[in-house]
Amino acid sequence: MSDSVETAAVAAPVATGQSGTVVRSTVMRRLIRNPMGIASLAILGSIALLAIFAPVLAPFEENFANITKTLAPADSVNILGTDSAGRDTWSRLLFGAQLTLLSALLCAGVAIAIGLPAGLIAGYYAGKFEAVSNWVVSILMSLPGLIVLLTIRAAFGPSVWISMIAFGVLISPSYFRLTRTAVQSVRNELYVDAARVSGLSDWSIIARHIFSVVRAPIIIQTAAIAGVAIAIQSGLEFLGLGDPTKATWGVMLSEGFKNVYLTPTLLLWPALAMALTIGGLVLLGNAIRDALEDGEKIKHRKKRAASSATGARPTAGPAVARPSRKSVAAVDAGTEHHLVKVTNLGVGYPQADGTIKKVVDDVSFHVDRGEILGIVGESGSGKSQTAFSILGLLPDNARIVGGAIQFDGNYTVAPGDERVNQARLSKLRGKRISYIPQEPMSNLDPAFTIGYQLVTPMVRVLGISKEEARRRALKLLTDVGIASPERTFSAYPHEVSGGMAQRVLIAGAISCEPDLVIADEPTTALDVTVQADVLDLLRELQQRLNIGVVLVTHNFGVVADLCDRVAVMQNGRLVEEGSVRDILRNPKEQYTRTLLASMLEGKTPMSMLVSSQKEPVA
Amino acid sequence: MIKFIAKRLGSGLVVLFVVSALTFTLLYTSSGSIARNILGDQATPEQVALKEQELGLDQPLVTRYFAWLGDALSGNLGASWFTSEPVASSLATRIPVTMTMVFTAMILIAICAALIGVAAAVKRGWVDRVVQVGAIVGDSIPGYVIGVLLVTILAIQLGFFPATSTISPEVGPEAWVYSMTLPVIALLINGVTGGAQQIRSAVIKQLERDYVRTLRSRGIGEREILFKHVLRSAAPAGLTVLSLQLIGMLGGVVIIEQIFALPGMGPLAVTATGQSDLPVVMGVVMYTVVVVIVVNLLVDILNGWLNPKVRVS
Repeated sequence: MSDSVETAAVAAPVATGQSGTVVRSTVMRRLIRNPMGIASLAILGSIALLAIFAPVLAPFEENFANITKTLAPADSVNILGTDSAGRDTWSRLLFGAQLTLLSALLCAGVAIAIGLPAGLIAGYYAGKFEAVSNWVVSILMSLPGLIVLLTIRAAFGPSVWISMIAFGVLISPSYFRLTRTAVQSVRNELYVDAARVSGLSDWSIIARHIFSVVRAPIIIQTAAIAGVAIAIQSGLEFLGLGDPTKATWGVMLSEGFKNVYLTPTLLLWPALAMALTIGGLVLLGNAIRDALEDGEKIKHRKKRAASSATGARPTAGPAVARPSRKSVAAVDAGTEHHLVKVTNLGVGYPQADGTIKKVVDDVSFHVDRGEILGIVGESGSGKSQTAFSILGLLPDNARIVGGAIQFDGNYTVAPGDERVNQARLSKLRGKRISYIPQEPMSNLDPAFTIGYQLVTPMVRVLGISKEEARRRALKLLTDVGIASPERTFSAYPHEVSGGMAQRVLIAGAISCEPDLVIADEPTTALDVTVQADVLDLLRELQQRLNIGVVLVTHNFGVVADLCDRVAVMQNGRLVEEGSVRDILRNPKEQYTRTLLASMLEGKTPMSMLVSSQKEPVA
Repeated sequence: MIKFIAKRLGSGLVVLFVVSALTFTLLYTSSGSIARNILGDQATPEQVALKEQELGLDQPLVTRYFAWLGDALSGNLGASWFTSEPVASSLATRIPVTMTMVFTAMILIAICAALIGVAAAVKRGWVDRVVQVGAIVGDSIPGYVIGVLLVTILAIQLGFFPATSTISPEVGPEAWVYSMTLPVIALLINGVTGGAQQIRSAVIKQLERDYVRTLRSRGIGEREILFKHVLRSAAPAGLTVLSLQLIGMLGGVVIIEQIFALPGMGPLAVTATGQSDLPVVMGVVMYTVVVVIVVNLLVDILNGWLNPKVRVS
């Protein structure tokens, strides 16, 4: 059951993040509030207006030449001066803007018209179409744009429009890949399945669910592509391969460059126009991306905060008198014998608005040698955050907002510290405190052999020779129940199964003979049959080596099986703590009872699954 | 691994074949009357017909393509319609100039972008902000505009560098480096800003992977994690970024050479394009595609070697 809670939590941001007009309007508002966003919109808006009203605003025709007034400096008639043919720079700049923006739109339009449908089909139906289009994409992507445009120019003559259509085709893979990836990730979502089951046609599913996902990335991509199109089209014009009858920024740049010894300002204006337009597009793309990402971030945190009873309380951090870093205070007398002791711990994440969202609040417990403490709770209850603060492996932006952690009689987080004392913990990690992660495959570096990943920590931490470490690693692999240690030793992570990888990680965790092992859901990612083996192994090792274990889990079955004591967490707080026997038999808190009741174990199966075998096959 | 390389090589050859066929078809079916273009408006219809026969334009397209392909495979890419110079030999004198520039710029980009990108990913703070702003500025100004501005300011206004960079063997290495400085800078600025930002993202993505946390929990030092594990895992992404930049640069260098009056591929390609000198255009396209395929093959092999799934099987 808790598994499904977790999946839902993981899927939720994807499902809620990008659909509906509400999100779009907040993105728009966030975009306008961002100085980068408003600046880019202002720049692009004014350039677009200048381009649209070019025929009205321009004092001269684009090719009108006053040959008595060439390379003139700015005056009241020609406000930016004239070029070598006596044409008005300001007028040509305006008409150039018109052509430049239109050609960028054409290019992006063509690219979307090809890339979007192709990406939708490839992503939604996969199969042969996808294979063929991937191949075409790989060819298109290996052609340098300008060289292709030179070829098109040689074949079709000087036309801005033809070259931009060609460039649109050439650049369509960027839309194709973006759409295909987005569709692939959505295609297997539950709500799309639900839509399919409820009888919606493929096309209405695509229109309703998939467009809403790809819309924002496509806008970002279009800003980037329009910029690239302007750059390459002006480049072509700069080379003198464009339509000579049109005023364009590229032609003006080249004209300015030819007269650079006489009037260098001539090339300043088109260069500035290009930099402003392309820069405006780049900024716009970045601002939209930021607006979307901020939205996602705030949503994530809101979810965490909403589940935290004391969420929005601002930090007490600065108010607490902080002892100087050098002299770490001595721990309270009478608590030195605990292997690890967590006192009133609070962990939080700073928000954009200056407050700190707490994910762990006022949590206290201790673990002694030879003891297994289970920390139980749903996902989002702060149990993993608590575990990582003991290890000192919280994300960079996390803050300790209260309390202390002591390990073997010394503070690793002294009262008043904002961060974990890394100097102290880096000496303990690997050597005295070790870690068994949840997901076996992603926790081994795929580029190194399992042997290397077992040997190196022993060499670094214990200072033993490689041969000695190798001998120990093989012994450890045998100890964790791997039948052919030699073969596993020289295997790469992708060559072993998940259960085997988890055994390797357990071997790694005990390789330097630690006093404390933090196990973060060590069996969740494994098959049920393998789970039992791994739990047996953990218990056996723990008893033999007499180590303390903090076992983070959402599963009371695991707790009952393995733990001596248990701490129940909800919304970042400790609900109750006690011996496993007490809590399983007489849970005091309603929440603990709810958690226990939701367990599958111990319930009577509703029916046997044997009857169907007797039925004749229809 | 050998099978993997053979497969990549094979697909590269297929791409080369497909691109050459497409380019040939495109060039030779859409250019209107090629012979009239060459001879000018005054030519009589008889002269035009004769010229068409001389160029083999009266043959069907497929026949002409395979004739071209056969010649090309034996190293003969035909001759320019305007100068009659063999395409292969004019390419041969120009490729070294262009390639020297491109590869010098690429090596510098690889070094600078990797150093800056990794520093931004690890240190964050102001380095990171400079990289972000640099990427926006770099993306906003096309390389040739940078080139034009560099010439105007550093060469013409201030006189620090020569404005045109014509290479001749006699000038000696020092003058040569001196004359190549501006074009190479113009080529590499966009690459460094863009590359640094993408390498930064690739490294950050790796730093956030689960296995990095596990390595830390095992007592492995930050330095070793970064240089041995993270950079190795980020390398394929970095190589892909660099190879895409190289592809873009093969186009960009055409304009840069034009700006600095360098006797590389650029001026040849531009002149041939303006005149619709199709054998030369075809030769330029082929040479570019070969370079791209070789580079992609090298990147694939390197990536394959970095990835144990490929290397071991």
